[in-house]
Amino acid sequence: MNARPTTLFEKVWEQHVVRREEGRPDLIYIDLHLVHEVTSPQAFAGLNTAGRAVRRPERTLATVDHNVPTTHRSLPVADPVATRQIEALRENAAEHGITLYDMGHERQGIVHVIGPELGATQPGMTIVCGDSHTSTHGAFGAIAFGIGTSQVEHVLATQCLLMERPRSMEVRYRGRLGPGLTAKDLILHTIGRIGVAGGAGHVLEYRGEAIRALSMEGRMTVCNMSIEAGARAGMIAPDQTTFEYLRGRPRAPAGEAFDEAVARWSTLGTDPGARFDRVVEVDLAGLEPQVTWGTNPGMVVPVSGRVPDPADLADPDNRATAERALSYMGLEPGTPMQDIELDRVFIGSCTNSRIEDLREAARVARGGKVSTRVHALVVPGSTAVKAAAEAEGLDRVFRDAGFEWRESGCSMCLGMNDDIAGPGERCASTSNRNFEGRQGRGARTHLVSPAMAAAAAVTGRFTDVRSQA
Amino acid sequence: MSTTTHAIQPLRRVEGIVAPLDRADVDTDQIIPKQFLKRVERAGYGQFLFNDWRFRPDGSPRADFVLNQPGYAGAAILAAGRNFGCGSSREHAAWSIADYGFRVVIAPSFADIFQANCYQNGILPLALPEDEVARVLGRAAAHPGYALTVDLEACTVADAAGWRLGFEIDDFRRRCLLEGLDDIGLTLQYESEITRFETR
Repeated sequence: MNARPTTLFEKVWEQHVVRREEGRPDLIYIDLHLVHEVTSPQAFAGLNTAGRAVRRPERTLATVDHNVPTTHRSLPVADPVATRQIEALRENAAEHGITLYDMGHERQGIVHVIGPELGATQPGMTIVCGDSHTSTHGAFGAIAFGIGTSQVEHVLATQCLLMERPRSMEVRYRGRLGPGLTAKDLILHTIGRIGVAGGAGHVLEYRGEAIRALSMEGRMTVCNMSIEAGARAGMIAPDQTTFEYLRGRPRAPAGEAFDEAVARWSTLGTDPGARFDRVVEVDLAGLEPQVTWGTNPGMVVPVSGRVPDPADLADPDNRATAERALSYMGLEPGTPMQDIELDRVFIGSCTNSRIEDLREAARVARGGKVSTRVHALVVPGSTAVKAAAEAEGLDRVFRDAGFEWRESGCSMCLGMNDDIAGPGERCASTSNRNFEGRQGRGARTHLVSPAMAAAAAVTGRFTDVRSQA
Repeated sequence: MSTTTHAIQPLRRVEGIVAPLDRADVDTDQIIPKQFLKRVERAGYGQFLFNDWRFRPDGSPRADFVLNQPGYAGAAILAAGRNFGCGSSREHAAWSIADYGFRVVIAPSFADIFQANCYQNGILPLALPEDEVARVLGRAAAHPGYALTVDLEACTVADAAGWRLGFEIDDFRRRCLLEGLDDIGLTLQYESEITRFETR
């Protein structure tokens, strides 16, 4: 056969087209629909009003993560409005026969942590969720993207979506990550390179030796932040690392079915000679740990760098945006990043709350003490991650160093529960967004890797973690 | 088909005051901050639109924010910088814009998910060339009350002083807006094809 060479994205998309008609978006089939408490109540209400059923409850998986408290799981949720939202999900899941991993369940966790952990996320799938960080699941070679609540209702009702096929974009890395550098540094650097709208309308495929060398958890961190580059989704071709990660997971195929699945998954990668609509090259030579200075994830510099001067920017829109950002962040141009003092450290979120992230942070924190000026929080991504970390004694390492050790949830990534920073407080965070007010009104967020966050907790300021080891 | 679960108001022609928000990369956390996402209703979010820019922490309005200036009262068109609506997928952003009374958002570009959410709520996300948006922002800032007429049937946008510009929009999305169609109603027509796909 001499078929035209195609990309990973094209293959997966074309396998899911239910209907294609000139002048209309494609109708594509959705293999897995992840649901959480914040963006689903209005979708279920719409469904119930119309008297519709959930078309495929077995392809739908729900958990509570966004507004659950990370303290005292045994007590009722104090916030009555949040409680109503959580109860709405309980009622909707029960009524429609959807599996819900509720508070107290050993599988509860951040929706983008538990999907992979369960083996529900698999190569070649289409995966959606009413959450922009659904791009995380692209690490397995799935097309995974965030949708709004109307589309959540659409998928509940039809298991399909009407969507224009996005364009494809290759992000090709040159070189490998040096010692002490992580997937977080790679993706922050990439967003700084291509900009927060650099991937708009595209599905990215991350390629190169540096990507192949990443663990599945590292790949998830990279794909997670695709949305921060404005991309519709991000993908990485499945390989042996992917298959080994999935082997034996509760929802992954088992026995002979697993071998058959691996044979199928192995055909998904981009063919040699396949064309992308756009290609960008990112050189990793000389890469340092990255720290954001502004109010979007593209405003990033190496840890040895300084706060940029807006006056150096040629584009007037960029200059105005940078000036606003510095004013919000309370920073002066030219300040060395390593002179910036911190009030808070947050280790968690769907970007960096998995077991490897916690091991990295614990390695740096071990034997140290959290600076007296810093309030530091570790929030595992799932109840299973928490249990695994405790089995390894990581909770002791963190507690001994003066970190708080919490229950799993989205927590301070977006501060929908009580975990927020105060006005003017400065936080080193392993999360994905440094937008104004994201971690609390007036709070100032700097995005970093877990190791960099742990180092900052101990020294009270940004510190090159490579000098700590 | 009358299968819509929330009525989408058809959008044919919008004549209204332009509120200028001359900022690039406005993210949905700014459009509606997270503390307002806990409700289970779909309506009533207009009061929270741009909350942290519009109100001080004590709830009093900030006079320097465009929506608090009397000249822009009743605006139906919001104009902003590029990459409007980036970040979180929260449809509450589109709900708050619509509930406040905006039917059209003009910007040089939109984030993908926000744009999709606009179409699901009868809002036109109108992408115009950067220099034309700059012109609209400048006019609206200099002359509070500056109005535009957006005609989705003719695909034109014009002001009273004779400025007129054609625009392009995906024909499918245009028809959906003109007729107030929702995607679910459309997709349910293909039930048998979905079933065939599932059983292949």
